[in-house]
Amino acid sequence: MQAKAASTGWYMEQWRRWAPLAVLAALCVLVSLFNPNFLTVGNFVRLLNSAAIPVVLCMGATFIILMGSIDLSVEGVVAMTAVVASLLVANDITSYSIGLAAAPVAILIGGAMGFLNGFVHVRLKTPSFMTTLGIGFAGLGIATAVLGGLTVRIADPVFRSLSLGRFLGIPMAVWIALAAFLVALTIQQRTRIGRWIYAIGTDEVTARHAGIPVDRTRILAFVLAGLFYGLGGVLAAAQFGQGHALISQGRLFTTITAVVVGGTALSGGVGSVVNSVIGVFIVVVLANGMVLMGIEPYVQQGVQGLLIIAAVSLALDRSSLAVVK
Amino acid sequence: MSAQPQTAPPVLELRGVSKSFPGVKALDDVSLTINRNEVGGIIGENGAGKTSLLKVLNGIYQPDGGQLLVNGEPVKLASPRQAFDTGIAMVFQEQSILPSLTVAENIFLGREEEFLRFGLISKARMNAAAAEELKKVHLDIHPGTPCSKLSFADRQMVEIAKALSLDSRIDGNITILLDEPTSVLERKEVELLFEIIADLKKHASVAFISHRLDEVLVVTDRVYVMRDGKVVKEFASEGATEKDMHQYMVGRQLHNEYYREARQAAPADKVLVEARNLGRTGAFRNVSFTLRAGEVLGIAGVIGSGREDLARCLAGHMPADSGTLTVDGKSVRFTSVPQAAAQGVGLVPAERKIEGLVAQFSVAENMTLAALPKYVSGGVLNFAAERETAKAWIDRLKIKTPSANAMVGGLSGGNQQKVVLAKWRIAGVKVLILDHPTRGIDVGAKEDVYELVRDMTAEGLAVILLGDTLEEVIGLSSRILVMRDGEITATFDAPPGGKPTQVDLVEHMV
Repeated sequence: MQAKAASTGWYMEQWRRWAPLAVLAALCVLVSLFNPNFLTVGNFVRLLNSAAIPVVLCMGATFIILMGSIDLSVEGVVAMTAVVASLLVANDITSYSIGLAAAPVAILIGGAMGFLNGFVHVRLKTPSFMTTLGIGFAGLGIATAVLGGLTVRIADPVFRSLSLGRFLGIPMAVWIALAAFLVALTIQQRTRIGRWIYAIGTDEVTARHAGIPVDRTRILAFVLAGLFYGLGGVLAAAQFGQGHALISQGRLFTTITAVVVGGTALSGGVGSVVNSVIGVFIVVVLANGMVLMGIEPYVQQGVQGLLIIAAVSLALDRSSLAVVK
Repeated sequence: MSAQPQTAPPVLELRGVSKSFPGVKALDDVSLTINRNEVGGIIGENGAGKTSLLKVLNGIYQPDGGQLLVNGEPVKLASPRQAFDTGIAMVFQEQSILPSLTVAENIFLGREEEFLRFGLISKARMNAAAAEELKKVHLDIHPGTPCSKLSFADRQMVEIAKALSLDSRIDGNITILLDEPTSVLERKEVELLFEIIADLKKHASVAFISHRLDEVLVVTDRVYVMRDGKVVKEFASEGATEKDMHQYMVGRQLHNEYYREARQAAPADKVLVEARNLGRTGAFRNVSFTLRAGEVLGIAGVIGSGREDLARCLAGHMPADSGTLTVDGKSVRFTSVPQAAAQGVGLVPAERKIEGLVAQFSVAENMTLAALPKYVSGGVLNFAAERETAKAWIDRLKIKTPSANAMVGGLSGGNQQKVVLAKWRIAGVKVLILDHPTRGIDVGAKEDVYELVRDMTAEGLAVILLGDTLEEVIGLSSRILVMRDGEITATFDAPPGGKPTQVDLVEHMV
């Protein structure tokens, strides 16, 4: 009886651990059966390129979700930073032209918005859900208002090469996303803040008792997330050569879906940025595959919606949950 | 002044420490000392104040009055971390090991500084340091193992290793607080723990809290006995017997007035509940009893005796997996609370605020919650009928509330408890299970609750009582089951004037 229960637990654990990778592999096989073009080098580079911005955004969101919180400000921060970046480089609206220096400025603005998220959430004790939703909307509003409905066109080829330039035949955005991933992985594995984020997400009371500065860690995590979103905004502006609020449309859903599908638990403490990268590829391959199969865009959205629910229901150990809110 | 004191000051000393919570005095003028290289024991019933004492020593509670001295110096401990840095490490009964982190990460959680280089943690050095600590507890596991993969006992050992890691990192003597450390350990591991404690004594002090009096006698040098938040006795372990300890733990005489013994009904012939060999894996087994109308059946036992689980099974919170249960002549098997409620069995839980009441609901809404269909006509709620019933019960139970529409969260603990009782009475229960019905409510409200219990039995209901204290169980019950490690170890009849003593019960509890 006992042994059987233990082995069932072991299988469940292994399943949870490997399911995201298995799903990704199955998806790749399935799509390539329908359309052999999937397995071409060209399509592969296209996949990497469309994964770049989501990976950068997911690096930030993963830390927040590992902490047991949620960050809904992704779109607001991306819109805001993309617009700011596009107004600071050579463009058709302002006369600034600070070139590549626009990138760190925009990233820092992302960090500042993250700080605002964290500070309000911790100091006013408002749930992260509401706080980040509010600040995200504010960001979208400001980004829209600043431009008054116009679109900035970027006329700085150097800035645009942040996304479009190629190194070893692979778009620069992919290299930047890889760097972002390595930075996030180092933070997660090798720094105190990374360790503490896990501890807080698992059991905040114990973390507090162990002397972890919980409030400061929470704020810092939101700042980190904001910096990654800022980088995402810069890449988006560079990719499209434009700045406007709509540039961030749909990114929140993709980001949260990818993190959750990758196997990071919404309840906190379990998961990793590595999982999130796998999650991004599941979402991206699915989208890419549906395009290759000629499925209608609205049906594609429906499939994504079902995917996130399926992922959550597979990942949760519901037997141990007494209350679901 | 210049003369050196003859003996070193105690490592840990409490002077007149008090701690109150609304309605309860958890610690009342407690003074005790733990000397250098000594193992001090602290024993007492559930609710005697042991846990509060530990929380004060560990910086989780700040005392209202009195002084805490470490190595003769007065200190204020604002947090467990501060206690740790002062040299006091606690091994929690409810563990503080985080399953998502590795063994090494848990041992050094919050103290990663010593492994930092350029802001990055050296896992190799941290694992090596953790391996050193694991050696002290003879635990042969890799420090990089995630704690989710460890057995419960191994986690306890990691917890102890975490406390011991303080030893090499602090000047002066350290004190390790062990709260019920053996309750999850196997015999072999308990012996190992005792060896570790004996070894620790050479360079540290230990405070050992346990229900298992035989272990306390083996391990400790000196024992403090707590009761009702006070230290009532201090004695040397050598030469003491368990029987003496039982006597110290319970101590006082009963007041039969207090529990309205005169109103204790003689049980009727009608059997309301009959349990035969009821069991649930990992919780309790072979539980058989008969409960008659008008009877109060007390169940005594320490934490982990299985009595809480038994109560929850009887009320449908979780299913039993063996044996049979008959309620009012019908054979039943409850898998949900509504099933049990439909057969007239209700549970008043210990965690009133979490499980018993919806704090944001009004008094009336809470009262009718378990019997809502009765107040629905034509698909909508009949508020007039609901209010009517609520008012009747507010009068009947003398509930102090501004109105039937007042939010229940604003009432005192005693009045909240009455609302819970009213809820089940309105739902028409025949058998009411009371899990610590007087926990955290003041003396006057306790007497009201006792009065209500007598009212219920006079009306032909039956009550199963998991009392807050032994005294309460003995005073209220007409029959008492004693449980230990999931089994019934004794049954006592408790007619007025012929009640068993607390010592009688304790002997079968621990």
